[in-house]
Amino acid sequence: MRLTRRSFLQATALSGGGMMLGLYSAPKALAQAHGQPPFDARAFIRIAPDGTVTLVARNPEIGQGVRNMLPMLIAEELEVDWKKVKVVQADLDSKYGLQSTGGSRAASNNWVPMRQVGAAGRQMLIEAAAKMWGIPESQCYATNGRVYDRKTDRSLGYGELAATAATMPVPDLKSVVLKPANEYKIIGQWTPGIDVPDITVGKAIFGIDFTMPGMLFAVYQKCPVFGGKVASANLDEIKAMPGVRHAFVAEGTVKVGPVIERDPGLEPGIAIVADTWWAAESARKKLQVKWDDGPGASQSTQEFAARARELARQAPARTLKNDGDVDAAMKSAAKTVEAEYSYPFISHAPLEPRNCSARFNSGKLEIWTTSQQPGRGRELVSKALGIPEDDITIHSLRAGGSFGRGLYNDYMVEASYIAKTAGVPVKLLWTREDDMTHDYYRPGGFHFLKGAVDGSGKIVAWSNHFVSYGEGEQFSSSAGIQASEFPSGFVPNFAMYSSVMPLILKTGALRAPGANSQSFVMQSFIDELAHAAGKDPVQFRLDLLDHELAHAGEKEEAYNAARMRVVVQLVAEKSGWGRRKLPKGTALGIAFHHSFQGYFAHVAEVSVTPNKAIKVSKVWACGDVGSQIVNPTGAEAQVQGAITDGLSELMHQQITLERGKVVETNYNQHQLLRISQAPQIEVHFLKTTYPPTGLGEPALPPVIPAVCNAIFAATGQRIRSLPLASSGYSWA
Amino acid sequence: MSIQFTVNGRTTTADVSAETPLLWVLRDVLNLHGTKYGCGIGQCGACTVHLNGQAVRSCMTPAASAANGRVTTIEGLSPDGKHPLQIAWREIDVPQCGYCQAGQIMSAAALLAKHPHPSDEDIDAGMNGNLCRCGTYPRIRQAIHKAALMQAKAPAAGAEKGGI
Repeated sequence: MRLTRRSFLQATALSGGGMMLGLYSAPKALAQAHGQPPFDARAFIRIAPDGTVTLVARNPEIGQGVRNMLPMLIAEELEVDWKKVKVVQADLDSKYGLQSTGGSRAASNNWVPMRQVGAAGRQMLIEAAAKMWGIPESQCYATNGRVYDRKTDRSLGYGELAATAATMPVPDLKSVVLKPANEYKIIGQWTPGIDVPDITVGKAIFGIDFTMPGMLFAVYQKCPVFGGKVASANLDEIKAMPGVRHAFVAEGTVKVGPVIERDPGLEPGIAIVADTWWAAESARKKLQVKWDDGPGASQSTQEFAARARELARQAPARTLKNDGDVDAAMKSAAKTVEAEYSYPFISHAPLEPRNCSARFNSGKLEIWTTSQQPGRGRELVSKALGIPEDDITIHSLRAGGSFGRGLYNDYMVEASYIAKTAGVPVKLLWTREDDMTHDYYRPGGFHFLKGAVDGSGKIVAWSNHFVSYGEGEQFSSSAGIQASEFPSGFVPNFAMYSSVMPLILKTGALRAPGANSQSFVMQSFIDELAHAAGKDPVQFRLDLLDHELAHAGEKEEAYNAARMRVVVQLVAEKSGWGRRKLPKGTALGIAFHHSFQGYFAHVAEVSVTPNKAIKVSKVWACGDVGSQIVNPTGAEAQVQGAITDGLSELMHQQITLERGKVVETNYNQHQLLRISQAPQIEVHFLKTTYPPTGLGEPALPPVIPAVCNAIFAATGQRIRSLPLASSGYSWA
Repeated sequence: MSIQFTVNGRTTTADVSAETPLLWVLRDVLNLHGTKYGCGIGQCGACTVHLNGQAVRSCMTPAASAANGRVTTIEGLSPDGKHPLQIAWREIDVPQCGYCQAGQIMSAAALLAKHPHPSDEDIDAGMNGNLCRCGTYPRIRQAIHKAALMQAKAPAAGAEKGGI
């Protein structure tokens, strides 16, 4: 959230003598003007009379460790023992302000306000002790869940102070004094996941594990082609199958056109509700459905590639950026390079397939979900089912991965519809095949690039015709590009054009959206230009970044080339760039990328056999995400995970459409990296003076081009199309 | 049909069709939710349990084939959650989302039973059937080595005392 002058704190006495402390904020209109809901009335801190401290984690947990990170910020300033803190997951409630997981925003959005909540609580507890003892506050200090009298060393526990503290005036947010970093006891400490003990004994409750009394199990069969409707189905036969209680057709509410909107609504399909999930799924296998596929069936990925080349030969539909005189600069350049890059659609494929539980009773709907954006889900359900938002309650459950999939709430709408229609509480669970064939895919794309270097080896011109999906000026969801995409602003003569093709398929954000594909293209082509210029790829990059122009563009913050330079230098040093003799067929590749407020550069050490079997033996990852790593174990894990994720995308992942149907249905066709293929990963964080920012995403983008650039260095083969397996590569 | 088997040391009867996958018997009939569904085709290993001491993919194991057998799930790997692997997993802070980790630990337990001192290659071979979408592989490797050391120092707390 953005703090405003009107943010304030409010305390509430708990029955039984405890206290609650909530962070409140500005009028709704003001906060919404910033695109974010306000904090309203609810406690983040609860202190019970026995001294138990319960802290609220407001963002959905999808494996990124936010259930540690957010409460750690509060606990640090509150001065409590982390080992004794209990954490509860917030349900969706405007009282908590912004409750969305995405864009690697948890650290930057919460760094100040969550510490302020903790500091305000500490201040009130100190004031309570001072009042009870009749001494000045300045004579008191708080540590480890107690307030002490400096003169006498007497002390009172927070539990003893809570009732009085709740009656103390609540400090203005601006007035609370935050601890200097050198006094941190929790922030910066390796703090294992609070749910890890439960996970290791099988007790952690994920979305799929939720149960409630009287709950039945549901499956939902959609048309293999997006938006296709049920023409007829053997529902009578299905209803007679063992354990089946309900089977019905949903007409759906989606509109099918050349651009599919982000939240299209309820997709048409057939719901089967049974006593067990296996009974529902077994019945589904006997379904005989005649589908009306609709216009989606006209589309195949193979045709997209052909159409993209056609468009590339024509004048671009739009000019997104045009600096200098690209044509003149190309003509007078020492060397030019032309290349066509492409990357495929890919699926999120989190290990927990989509699921959602719902109960509809007397006009009220209650939902248990793993959504990353439960607020958006509520809006969507309200709209699709005609239930007022105030009558919808949403509980957040731990997600078995998400990677952006949970930003979309299609399955929440389905579960709600089934519960409402059948009149019973249900748990809807998709199969893996449902999950992979009805995803919001990372859009594929095509880049037709031309670049030029001058006699001194500097990039003087760059032109990119980006062919993507959409209609007119509108890109399909997550299929766009920023005019500020690097090296925009760093090359004097720079042009970016776009053309689009219609797409009848849901697309969306996958971990590091935009960046996960653009980085491959830009950092690979920069590497091509480095080789054309006869320059060392690291030095070439440092020269490119040695630029006064730090542009703001449409991005929220300017590209800070100085920060990136330091990161590039560090990764070169750590990896022994240019200083190590490597065996034939083995080489290093480098790439950097700025995304989601983070600056990352990776070097990959890669060996390639003559039959294209590759091994990534090690990746060095260096990042600058500001002045403080809140939880070092979580931070390192996010970088390790992002690199692993990138390698999965690099080698195998590809979603193909054949007449509107997704061909790949499971992990055997859309493969993830396995442990035998996983590299050693060495992670370094620079400590800078910038505010702390997030780590869910920015470490992913550079790994893909780093490996591709290493393959080139080892073999002379330039990778211009992903995934590698499509060009005959495999893991060694 | 009525299938009798031992789950985590307890004799249990489930009234299910013979082909019902063991996974769904555990999850929806016996309410043992620690074992996870990931792919249904034996590709991801999230559903790994032990059947008569062997690691199996419960999503592809028909209930009938577990009849009169001994099944161990993550809930029963050790009586107190102190199998060396569970301890190592906590100390190394292996899980991210945690969804695959029951399967990872059950595969690792079977690996350690066979190779008390596994090399990296043994770990690759024993753990390659278990996907981790979050990319916890470096820590899984580290935790298995750590558990092996712990087991060597205190063999009584080793895998043989667990569910295998």
